[in-house]
Order: sequence, then C-alpha cells, then structure tokens
Amino acid sequence: MSTHVDQKSTLLSHDNNILYDTVIGLEIHAQLKTNTKLFSGDILAFASEPNTAISPIVLGYPGTLPQLNKATIELALKIGLGCHATIPSVSYFERKHYFYPDLPKGYQITQNKYPIIQGGWIDIKTPTGLKKIELDHIHLEEDAGKAIHDLDPQHSYIDFNRAGAPLLEMVTKPCLSSELEVANFISAYQKLLRWLSVSDADLEKGMLRCDVNISVKRTTTEQLGTRVELKNLNSIRNIKKAISVERQRMIDILKQGGVIEQETRGFDAQKDMTFSLREKELAHDYCYFPEPDIPPVQITNAWVEQVAKQLPTLPEQRQLYYTHTLLLTDYQAELLCDNQSIGNYFEIAIQYTKHHQPLANWMIGPIKEWLNQHKIDSFEECPVAPHILANLINLEESKKITHDVAIKHILPLLLNSTAESPTQIAERLNLFQENNEEELEQWVRDVLATMPDKVAEFKKGKLGLIGLFVGAVKKKSNGKADPQKIVQIVEQVLSSTK
Amino acid sequence: MIPPKNILEHIRHIQNRAYTCVDLTIYYLERIKEHNQQLNAFVQVYADSALQQARELDDHIKQNKPLKRLHGVVIGIKDLIAYQKHPLTAASKILEGHYAPFTATALQKLIDEGAIIIGSQNCDEFGMGNSNRNSIYGPVKNFLDQTKTSGGSSGGSAVAVSAQLCMVSLGTDTGGSVRQPADFTGIYGFKPSYGRVSRYGLVAYASSFDQIGVLANDLYDIALVLEIMAGRDPHDDTSSPLVVDSYSKELTLENTHTKKYKIAYFDSIFNYKYLESGIKKNVLETIDTLRTLGHTVEAVPFDYLDYIVPIYYILTTAEASSNLARYDGIRFGYRATANTLKEQYTKTRTEGFGWEVKKRLMLGKFVLSSQYLDNYYLRSLKIRQLLLTATTDIFAQYDAIIMPTVPMHAWDIEGHKKNIEQDYLSDIFTVYANLVGIPAMSIPLYRHKENNMPFGLQIMTASFNESLLVQFANYILKTVQKQ
Repeated sequence: MSTHVDQKSTLLSHDNNILYDTVIGLEIHAQLKTNTKLFSGDILAFASEPNTAISPIVLGYPGTLPQLNKATIELALKIGLGCHATIPSVSYFERKHYFYPDLPKGYQITQNKYPIIQGGWIDIKTPTGLKKIELDHIHLEEDAGKAIHDLDPQHSYIDFNRAGAPLLEMVTKPCLSSELEVANFISAYQKLLRWLSVSDADLEKGMLRCDVNISVKRTTTEQLGTRVELKNLNSIRNIKKAISVERQRMIDILKQGGVIEQETRGFDAQKDMTFSLREKELAHDYCYFPEPDIPPVQITNAWVEQVAKQLPTLPEQRQLYYTHTLLLTDYQAELLCDNQSIGNYFEIAIQYTKHHQPLANWMIGPIKEWLNQHKIDSFEECPVAPHILANLINLEESKKITHDVAIKHILPLLLNSTAESPTQIAERLNLFQENNEEELEQWVRDVLATMPDKVAEFKKGKLGLIGLFVGAVKKKSNGKADPQKIVQIVEQVLSSTK
Repeated sequence: MIPPKNILEHIRHIQNRAYTCVDLTIYYLERIKEHNQQLNAFVQVYADSALQQARELDDHIKQNKPLKRLHGVVIGIKDLIAYQKHPLTAASKILEGHYAPFTATALQKLIDEGAIIIGSQNCDEFGMGNSNRNSIYGPVKNFLDQTKTSGGSSGGSAVAVSAQLCMVSLGTDTGGSVRQPADFTGIYGFKPSYGRVSRYGLVAYASSFDQIGVLANDLYDIALVLEIMAGRDPHDDTSSPLVVDSYSKELTLENTHTKKYKIAYFDSIFNYKYLESGIKKNVLETIDTLRTLGHTVEAVPFDYLDYIVPIYYILTTAEASSNLARYDGIRFGYRATANTLKEQYTKTRTEGFGWEVKKRLMLGKFVLSSQYLDNYYLRSLKIRQLLLTATTDIFAQYDAIIMPTVPMHAWDIEGHKKNIEQDYLSDIFTVYANLVGIPAMSIPLYRHKENNMPFGLQIMTASFNESLLVQFANYILKTVQKQ
C-alpha cells in the first residue's frame, strides 16, 4: 500500500542562518466537457466565429433567467467522488458582482458558502513517497466572455462565446510546498479530470487555468506569511518558474527587512519575473448573495450512488491491481493508467491473452511509438484492435513465431489495417518458426561456406564472431528460425568441421 | 358596439358571429385612439400585429375549426413583459429602442390560446413605484377621475382595463403593483403564488418577489387567464411543477356556496395609523356580514406589521441592485458617449435610470455590502423566514386572510406630497403576500363616501391554493356583496 509522508522542502536562504518554507495553495479552473452552457441550452463552441455561440440568456437580456444544466452537476459529483470528497445534500449558487464588459449580467453565478463538493484529497508522488494533498472544496460557476484589447487602437472587442461556459473551480488547502509538488498535483488532477471525462483539461488551450497562492514563512514558525496570488499561468513550466522566482522575490524582501504586500501578480516568461497586476476590481466588494433564480440544488444519496455506479475504476485502484495482481512493474502500470484510452485497450486485450507483461511491453513500446509517430493521441484510434494484438502476442509466446517475425513482418501489416489476423498472415507468408533441424543445418552450412575467412578466425579463437554467423542465418531464414536453435546448430557445425 | 362583460360572454358572441375578432380589435383600437392621449395608459399600440392576429383568428372560425379558449380576447401587457419583435423598455430610458428577442412564456401561452396583444402599457420604471410617476412616459391618469393617480406600478394596465381600452391586462406584482392600481381603478387585480406563473420574459425587479399578475373587470377573466398561463416552465427553475387546477370551473360549481369558511384577519392592521377610517369601516362591515352568514372570522395575532415594509425594501432593493447591473450600455439599450470604460458605465447608468430606480439601486448596494450584509440583508432574510412560518401556521387553521388592499384611497396626481416613509408605508398591506409567496387578490367591493372613488377588499389563501381563492372571491361577490 502507499504511504503518506508529510514533506517539506526547506530552503536555505542566502542569509545563512534563516530557513524558509514555501506554502502553496492552488485554485484550478477546469472547463467542463458538456455540450451546452451552465445556465442555457446554448451549444458550447469556443473555436467558432466570435459571438455565434450566444443567446439572449447568455447575453443577460431583460427577462431571461438561468436554467441549471443538470449534466454539469453530475460531472461535479464524478470528480468529487474521484477525489474522495464529501458531497453535501444541499448546495446553492450565489451572485458575485462586478462590472466588466465581458460579464453580461453584471454578476457571475458561482458558488460561495455552500459549494457542491467539500473536502477530499488527491495523492501525488514526491521523492519520498506519496503525499496526500487536501482539497478545500470544488464548486461550479459560469465563465465570462473574452474582452479583446489588441485588435484596434481605438476600441475593445468582446466575444461572448465563452460566456456561460461551465467551469469547475477546485481549491486546495495551503499544503503544497514546492514547484515539483505543484507540477505533480496539476498532472494528477488533470489525469483524473480526463480519466472521468469531466474535462479535456488542456492548460495550453485554457481548458485548465491555474492560480497559485504562495507565501513563505520561517521554518521555525507556524505563522503563515502574507500571500500573493499568481495569475495567468498557462503551462506547467511557467507555473514552476513563476513559483521559483516569486519565492526568491519574497525571501529577498524579508531578508532586507521589507514587508510583503498582499496582491495579485502575473508572470513574464520572457523576463523571468513576476509583476503586480494591480487590478482595481480586486479591492471590490463582490456583494455576494444567494442566486434567487436558481433553487438550492438537492443532492440525494440515490443520485450520488447512481453516479458512483457509473464511475470507472479510478487510475490509482487500477494501478494497484496491475502491480499486485498482474505483477506489472510500477512503470508499466503507471503508463497503462495514464488515460482511459490506453487503460481500456489494455483491459480488453487481457481478456484475450494471459501474457500480461509482454502485452504491456508491446503497448508501451512499438504500438505507442507508432501512434506517436503518426500523431495519434488515443489508443482508441490504434489500427490494431486489442484482441488482434493479443493474438500476435500469443503466437510469439507459444513460440509459433519469433519476435523478429512478429515485429518486422506481421505488425507493419496489422498497422496498415489489414483484414487478416496474425495467424492468417503467418500462414500465408509462411512465417511460422522453422524447427526442422535438417533444413536449419543446411542453412548454417550454406552461410558458413560463404565466409571461410571468418570461420578460420573463429577457430583461431575469435569466438565473438558467432553473432555474425547467427545473424546471417537468421536473415537467410527470413526471421523464421529460432535464434537459440541457430546458435546450437552453428556451434555443432563449427565443432564438427576441422 | 358594446364590449363583452367577460370572456365567457365574448366567446359566446364569437360563436354566434355577433362580431368578428377584427371588429372587436378595431373597437378597442378606436377606444385607445379616443382616450389614451389623456390617460397615457398605453405606451405602444400594436395595431398592425393585433389586426393580423385578429384576421388569422377569424379565418380560423371561417374554416369551422374549434374555438381557442381565449379566441380573440384583446389583451394589453405591461411594458415589463417580453413580446417578441416588439419594444420592451420597462418605462426606462436605459432600454430606449430595445426590442424583445423572445416572448414571455406566460404571454406565449395566452397567444397560443388565441389572445390578441393590442399594446404595451405604461408603468413605473422597472416596476418601482406606486403612482406610475416614475415613468419615462409620464404619469397615468385614473379613468374614473383624471386628477387622481392610477396607482402603480401597473398603472397603465389597470387604467386600460378600467377604461375599456382592452379586456384584460397582464401586470407584474412585486409588492402590490397589480393589486394597488386595481384597488384605485375599481377592477380585479390578482397576484398568483410565487412560482405559479413562469417569470421567463418578465423584466426582473426583485426575483424572489416578482410574479406576473392579471387585471380584469370580471372574476371569470382572472380565473381563466390564470389557469392558461400558470404551470411549470423549463425556462424558469423557480416555476412550480404542481398541477394547475381549472380555476374558471370553480366559478360554475354550485356547491361552493354552502361551504363555511374559516377566515383570519390581523388586528394590528385595523389599528394601523395610516388606515383611513372609511376603508376600515367598510372592511369591518364585510367581516360582520361574513359572521352573520355563519362563517368563522377571527382576529389572529400578527406581530410583524412594523417589520414587513422595512424588510420588503431591504430585500427588494438588494435583488434589484443585482438584477439591474446588466444595464451597462454594452449589449442593448441606451449607451452614453464617453471616452473611458468607467465613464461609459457611469454616464450610461446616471442618464439612463430615473431617480427612484437609482435610489433603490444605491439602497440595495448598501444592504449587500459586506460591512452591512449581516445587519440588513441577512437579518431581513431571517424575518422573512419567521413570517413564512407564522403564515404557514395561520393557514393550518384558516382558509383565508382578509384585509384592505391599500390603507388610503387614490391620491391626487398633482400637488401630492408624501414623505418617503409614508410613500413606502402605503404598500404595507400588499407586500406581505409577496414576502411569503401566497396568492392574493383585490376585489372591487367598495366606494369612498366622499368622492365615490372605488377601493377593494384583499383576500389571500395558502400558497398554490388559487382554487380556494377564486371560490372565496366568488362567494363574496355572489353573497356578501348582496347583503
């Protein structure tokens, strides 16, 4: 079983005697994978022409009302269950007020006091073992539109396609302590979101947006330092860099006896520094109050159970099964649990073969390599069906074909979407392993006859040349000969000739 | 041409081909032409689309298709209710030039049953007011005495019915905006239970209070229009899935007149300092009559009278400050010219909203600000909850509550000066029903001795018991009024 370790990265400041801890909490917004918006039946279409995926509801026209999209609630429940969280029986929406042109109603419908998911945790890897990262809560909210300021010197443009899109905001407790932990946490959460089909969670495409709350404190105290919020970080690389430079900035201030200001900062990747955003609305009073247009959301136990039933086995559980029961290595198990498509492929294939280790190696090795080369993300699009691959592995493992034949002669045909099965291909091309010793011996003799110099050198003691002989025989046999058998016969023939 | 007494009679006339839908529409269009300049009840008259509807409905009859339930009934709508491709301004400059891109669900249901929409009606800006003075279109005059106020905020809707400019009006009622002008103009005004009628397409003032209501000259019209427009609407998550009864049928049931009612009234209301003596006297007489007729009418303690107006204004202004945040000049309506974004917001809203609206938005922002939230907004919510419990307790024992609709009679349009306290306090008897979400109706029963102006009796029943409300109203008309 996994162990949970409390791990602190303690940093030695340049001022030799003082040690600082970094305390980090994350707020991660994920765009939900739904067909329609959070409070209207409008189709979600981010990439389409500006202001085409809109309606009177999304634009906040007089007389419109929000209609809660039930599918979003189920997605939130799924991720809540995936994070081992508590699901309160009642949650409700509130209005958060501020004025900005991309916010159609003058308020955002979000959750504040009673979020849909409370607590929970996600395990992450650290150099000293697994660490449990506790979550504060997860809530649902609507996205705003997009204000575009750089198209025209005189005017700003607004695209409302994104307005009303459902977002899931996850807030961790301030329990992360290094950029490595942050990166691992984001990856783990990303993986879970994808695994449960809750979000595509692509950071670069803005489907996942991560704000970092960071503070530093002396190791000797429990008292947390003043925190700074880092915003607009669009890759894990930038998040790590931003944390690193911000921590250094804070320690430098403290070293010089300065005071850290509570503020929101952005990150300039070119200059490798953070800078104050000084957004005016941050000092704003959001005047939260319960959204009167949406009755409180009641979550019955029956509903939770129904969602739980549909939940796929979580990656962590599946990984344990692979390592403990199927006896795969940690490395293999982790890769096979990276996403649903590779996981499902493996799950289907093991119904057709008991050779789990070779199956894992084939998938992680040649198959994945081929998919990567062809820029295919998903095993669902692999031209070799799981049971076909299993068939191929069974042929090899039962010594009917050699590995060489499997990989060089059969796999390329399979990847080319042939209708034939590996067995049919092997039959048609006469690729079954050659076990007829007489024929093998003839091939050996033929090969050795073509290189008398090498045979002489071998006999003088250059024993390494055996590899050359075996390779040549293998080639002559078209890969059909069992390499071990070839070695045996080559040795026999060489020792019998003077 | 004599206009029909009610929809029942109208349908009979249509059936007998006494007149066509076009005839009736033209009749009301002529009435509007004749009176509206003085009364200022309609702000838009939809002659073309109304006549188009009328012609289609007449064709329908010519083809001997069965009549729709509101076949050719001529209806006016308050300028807060969305009617697709028609202007929707909330009597505010901020919605200048705005056309509704869709039709309110409640209105669509009426149209589907053959209602003809003749125009949109004057009101207080966003429904905020009780004299129809806070309108970009100016005040509405009371048809019965043009020096008197129509009341508000559905002033235009009430006067249009009272002056026979249409058969029925749809108003909106957040704190009495249907019942109070009905009281002042001598007609029926009805506010359904919260959630009974979809609010989709009703321009929001205070979302947890607003309901679309009906104004009519006859109880039957109220009942029929209500049963058609009520019911669950997927566009409004707060609309109730409860079954809608056939309220108009209640009126034709004979046995209802034998029922002995248990009726409650609040003693504190009859001791209210601004209650005019004439109104008090008439309503107390009705209470006596009901007792004489063998009904139980009892005073029940009600300790919340002093709280209901303050909490009403705290909660409604809070919701209004939020609901009206969308009027920023970016996507629709009025936009001031400005050089910066902040200036555009400020100028648009300063120039676009009237004084009363701005006052309420500021009040609302204040009570929601984090510093005052606990003392005002949250405390008011708690009192609202207490009020709800007290009301549930009352209806566990009583069928109905009765009280006057308004403590005073229609005041003069000119020279009328009330202080803000008195102005807001005149809503005291009507806001209660909105605070607790119960249905309430003003029935035109009385006349003031001094000036012969009408006023009404207000009756209320438990939430979603509109059937009983209609039955009880009918009983009062058929029996009590005749005593």
